[in-house]
Amino acid sequence: MRQKSIKKILISGNEAIAEGAIRAGCTFYAGYPITPQNELIGYMAEHMQDRGGVFIQAESEVAAINMVYGAAATGVRAMTSSSSPGVSLKQEGISYIAGAELPVVIVNIMRGGPGLGNIWPGQSDYFQATRGGGHGDYRCIVLAPANVQECYDMMILAFNLADQYRNPVLILGDAMLGQMMEPLNTSTKFVIKNVDKSWALTGCKDRKPNIVKSFYMVKGDLEKFNLKLQKKYEALQAKEERWEEFLVKDAKLVLVAYGSMARIAKAAVKTLRLKGKKVGLIRPITLWPFPKQAFKKPKDKYLVVEMSYGQLIEDVKLSLSVNAQVGFIGRAGGGFPSEEEIIVKANKLYNG
Amino acid sequence: MDKIYTHPRALRKTVTHYCPGCGHGILHRIIAEVVDELAIREKVIGIAPVGCAVIAYDYWDFDCSEAAHGRALAVATAIKRVRKENIVFTYQGDGDLAAIGTNETIHAANRGENLTVIFINNAIYGMTGGQMAPTTLLNQKTATTPKGRNAQLQGYPLKISEMLALLPGVKYIERTSLHSPQEIIKTKKAIKQAFLNQVENIGFSLVEVLSPCPTYWGISPSQSLNWIRDTMVKEFPLGRIK
Repeated sequence: MRQKSIKKILISGNEAIAEGAIRAGCTFYAGYPITPQNELIGYMAEHMQDRGGVFIQAESEVAAINMVYGAAATGVRAMTSSSSPGVSLKQEGISYIAGAELPVVIVNIMRGGPGLGNIWPGQSDYFQATRGGGHGDYRCIVLAPANVQECYDMMILAFNLADQYRNPVLILGDAMLGQMMEPLNTSTKFVIKNVDKSWALTGCKDRKPNIVKSFYMVKGDLEKFNLKLQKKYEALQAKEERWEEFLVKDAKLVLVAYGSMARIAKAAVKTLRLKGKKVGLIRPITLWPFPKQAFKKPKDKYLVVEMSYGQLIEDVKLSLSVNAQVGFIGRAGGGFPSEEEIIVKANKLYNG
Repeated sequence: MDKIYTHPRALRKTVTHYCPGCGHGILHRIIAEVVDELAIREKVIGIAPVGCAVIAYDYWDFDCSEAAHGRALAVATAIKRVRKENIVFTYQGDGDLAAIGTNETIHAANRGENLTVIFINNAIYGMTGGQMAPTTLLNQKTATTPKGRNAQLQGYPLKISEMLALLPGVKYIERTSLHSPQEIIKTKKAIKQAFLNQVENIGFSLVEVLSPCPTYWGISPSQSLNWIRDTMVKEFPLGRIK
């Protein structure tokens, strides 16, 4: 019998995110050009309007995030994208979005920092992404794809989670992932979960007026609202942790890495296994809520691999209930630990 | 006998938090009356600013959104683009529209967004305690210009309405005042025109309203009206700008 052929297209991570978003029901996109995510805004400019959506090249990242605030306030699925310095500019808006409980998807294709930095891959925005980023006690749901297929597939999850929890969702990728082209299978079935949006601004016909806001001046009201947010975050932590395990079961040493860094770490694991070393990999997929459950049965040793100087490692240590040995290898500013560098470090830790 | 004066449907029956002699109450009512007269209460979406009018949505009885300081026109742009059938307006003070939000203001106007903008110019920052606004007059004393605004140090009163009038995307701009009943009638007429323009898809329309702030001008409500009439209108002349 002839196998049914699966149609694949060669596409970059940035474009896969854009196409995934459109198929996930995104009908509003606003953005401002910044390298290395320009293919994303370009794809949206080319396709959004023809497919019934709205595309706006905003005057700034600040305007763009406030535009998606407005669009989401009417109940439509809305997205913006940028790269590190631009995402810093969006932080005030993300705080307002969290405060007004609006479902918005924000993409950060990270580059080297701080400051203008450079346009090479980085993961140095991990703290900003997972700790809230702007002012106030809030959290974004943070999803970290590791390949072009995941860039695409994760968009339906991102929009569904945003709607379900009325919470901003951040897609955290990097320049390597955004720029890399890989074959993409677009036959994944996207199920758009429609949720009640009776809170949305549509005009007050046949109902009481709706108000979208984050301002609570009456004494005690803001504390109550914050407690409501905390309950939501507890529910997210309990229900939405996601991660991938690779050869973890019998492993004595487990590498921990996310995004494109996890692919290099996985290659190192495979090489070490060929040499008989019991090594595995945990790849967090949700960076917030961090997959604490993946560390419930602690191994003796961990090696955290990052394109940053010790950010992910904090969550790994916070998730371990016992004193396991946690090693670290990380580079930032455009460099990343190579497979060979990881193997040297892993061997030292493994044999030590 | 015909009832010729009544409480607007679009205005909630509540006491406002505004100071005695403030112009916001008059403007809230004018907007509510216009919304009623155009029968658009069920379609209108207002954007409340950050500033003294931050809780304008507690006074208007229709759908409203808060916007971060200066971002009202970015929020409004998106709402109008995805919901063309609604009537979307922003209500912004001088700091919101002409200082922190200048970029959003100029670009929404330049894109010719089909929006209505009500711009309240009282030449001062009210909510934060009377600091200099971009529209503060030369020699005017404020909390941050204690010796009076000095052009050498703080530049000149920003005439953003005149600047916006240069943009082809802008269809209507008028400057009015609240300093007398006659001027209030003119203000209402202009605001109605600015809403009507949106209903008729004409495009970006803005009404700048000179409004009293007795508390931070440090004079009585009646002196405040005289100050607008005798001093403020010299810097900000009334009438149709575009």
